[in-house]
Amino acid sequence: MKEPLLSIRNLTVSFDTARGPFKAVDGVDLDVAPGELVAIVGESGSGKSVAMLAVMGLLPWTATITADRLSFDGHDLLALAPRERRRIIGRDLAMIFQEPMSSLNPCFTVGFQIREAMKAHLDLSRAERQARAVELLELVGIPEPERRLRAFPHQLSGGMSQRVMIAMALACNPKLIIADEPTTALDVTIQAQILDLLLRLQKESGVGLVLITHDMGVVAETAQRVCVHYAGQQVEMQPTRGLFADPHHPYTAALLAALPERAKGRILPSIPGVVPGLADRPQGCLFSPRCRFATETCRRVPPPRMGSELGLALCHYPLVEGVPQNREIAA
Amino acid sequence: MTQAIHGTARERTAPDTVAPGEPPAAHSVMEAVNLAQSYEVARGMFAKSATVKAVAGISFRLAPRSTLAIVGESGSGKSTLARMLTMIERPGDGSLLLDDVDVAEADTATLRRYRGEVQMVFQNPYGSLNPRQTVGKAIEEPLLVNTSLSAAERRARALDMMARVGLRPEHHGRYPHMFSGGQRQRIAIARALVLRPKILVLDEPVSALDVSVRAQVLNLLVELQESLGVAYVFVSHDLGVVRHMADEVLVMYLGRGVEHGPRDAIFDAPKHPYTRALLSATPVADPESRRERIVLEGELPSPFNPPAGCPFNPRCPLVMDRCRVEMPPLERKGGQLVACWAAQ
Ligand SMILES: Nc1ncnc2c1ncn2[C@@H]1O[C@H](COP(=O)(O)OP(=O)(O)OP(=O)(O)O)[C@@H](O)[C@H]1O
Ligand SMILES: Nc1ncnc2c1ncn2[C@@H]1O[C@H](COP(=O)(O)OP(=O)(O)OP(=O)(O)O)[C@@H](O)[C@H]1O
Ligand code: SF4
Ligand SMILES: [Mg+2]
Ligand SMILES: [Mg+2]
Repeated sequence: MKEPLLSIRNLTVSFDTARGPFKAVDGVDLDVAPGELVAIVGESGSGKSVAMLAVMGLLPWTATITADRLSFDGHDLLALAPRERRRIIGRDLAMIFQEPMSSLNPCFTVGFQIREAMKAHLDLSRAERQARAVELLELVGIPEPERRLRAFPHQLSGGMSQRVMIAMALACNPKLIIADEPTTALDVTIQAQILDLLLRLQKESGVGLVLITHDMGVVAETAQRVCVHYAGQQVEMQPTRGLFADPHHPYTAALLAALPERAKGRILPSIPGVVPGLADRPQGCLFSPRCRFATETCRRVPPPRMGSELGLALCHYPLVEGVPQNREIAA
Repeated sequence: MTQAIHGTARERTAPDTVAPGEPPAAHSVMEAVNLAQSYEVARGMFAKSATVKAVAGISFRLAPRSTLAIVGESGSGKSTLARMLTMIERPGDGSLLLDDVDVAEADTATLRRYRGEVQMVFQNPYGSLNPRQTVGKAIEEPLLVNTSLSAAERRARALDMMARVGLRPEHHGRYPHMFSGGQRQRIAIARALVLRPKILVLDEPVSALDVSVRAQVLNLLVELQESLGVAYVFVSHDLGVVRHMADEVLVMYLGRGVEHGPRDAIFDAPKHPYTRALLSATPVADPESRRERIVLEGELPSPFNPPAGCPFNPRCPLVMDRCRVEMPPLERKGGQLVACWAAQ
């Protein structure tokens, strides 16, 4: 494997809340190489966005971030002075946020916002910035770019503003893009255009991509590797084909089985119950209250991390072809 | 004024514009005939206001206990149609027949009677519930407005409905913010079903939910359809979900139906190039299936000045001269209705 662009070990984020500290991210590892696309999937609230916001340094002060390693492009992000960190983030590391409408400033034209993004990081003249802004909008497939640059965000459709967000993320030729649900609010035909664009960038300019999504179809069609999050923990990581063919963690298996596309009958094999909260966090495996394979051990003892042949599954009884392993005494 | 229009309804829907799989008019719980809605929209201080044809002539028949899915791009008129079907908005044109009564032209008293029969569930489980109202009060409210049941009877009906959607009795006195997205959608469904409607119109009911919660809510809808016999009009842009839920599918583009027929005909042999593009753009959750994707150019044209001829022609890979001047009718081609000059 190429030297990873982004390398994370044991990332933990906890928030101070009125009811005590809440671990939103709990021991996450991730490596992303140049030109690689890694997807992060998992239940809503499982810490996918928070983990990546921690990398970007965009969490509020109530968040406590710890990690054994948090490095990007050879820089130790934990040791960098805030100024140095800001210089790198925004130029080499860009993020496309979950909601385009709330991340574009309604008071400024699209062109102003794209040019501002460049001003901080690129040494270009005013005219050069304008020319590059036009070029960027063309790149993301926006017709009549000169006219659109003069538009305010509310004058654009959802698909357009999402493309403007992507254009802004690309403005400084980043080495890594973190895209948080970049197509969720869009129609499938527009989604297809945007995914094609991201994939083209990844192939042609070797950009690394982290894609957070709920859409397992998008994962199957774009990602090389998939991380699965549950309740703040990374419960599995596998190359995409392996994950879909033979998921090793019971949560991954249940998630795939609950897809209507994979259903055999009218009733979907859904996962009973809900994700644990602060108050009912189980003592052993966090998935144990909802897991069909859970035993007394699962409920009592936090599960170990399996090897990569078992998808780094965080589970006492990882699945192989749907059958739980390591269970010498049949229940 | 209540109109009984036994004969006229059937005359208005010519036989060759009834989609295969649709019931005879007399057996449908709801029949829409050329429903249309336009809005006047102000376009800034100096421009003249313009008319948007949000829905431009939609017809269908809904069989009892069945599911009709409405699919289409954002802005194609799905929610506008849903608002007309639930009588939240009076149609600008066309008829909406329930029990042979055209509620499109009915007086207020008749409307009130029929409103109880067609209920709606909205996309956003956060916005559609009043945060200051307990779950129990929210579910009982339609009973308070529409029936003369006593408080005790209302409570009993609400508790029964809550049990059916998988909420516990102790949830009755709680407030919506204490519930997850999936639970709130259950509350919204319980509220919509408490009057025992014949028809439930669901506008993107699972779009805001993640995979596992979506599965729970879809299962609930399947079970309720079986136990209560309710028919669904299911608006969704998620074709995986539509394929799972629908009996009939109606594909809309710029306010018009472009393809309409039984689910398998639409998914296995789509004929309209827009339906084909939609299906091919939908990612498949199977990394082994490597397919050619039809990537459409451009976006939905402005609804203020839709293109002449076929509304899809500026983006259509099969476009011919005729498409730019003449609107194709929605007519029978094979196992479905299709509005396309190129479709066989
Ligand atoms: N500023 C904050 N203060 C306290 N808790 C927070 C804060 N931001 C996020 N959280 C909590 O952290 C958890 C993880 O949230 P996160 O947004 O990362 O989830 P997610 O996996 O991205 O979910 P989704 O798929 O819904 O976007 C959630 O329980 C959330 O409520
Ligand atoms: N009350 C209204 N006033 C003016 N225009 C409206 C109104 N309601 C809808 N429209 C317009 O009518 C068209 C159809 O809108 P509608 O909301 O029905 O689409 P939709 O298919 O539900 O889209 P989405 O998938 O985004 O929910 C759009 O162009 C919309 O801007
Ligand atoms: S550890 Fe036990 S409960 Fe947790 S996922 Fe594995 S089998 Fe299920
Ligand atoms: Mg998120
Ligand atoms: Mg809508």
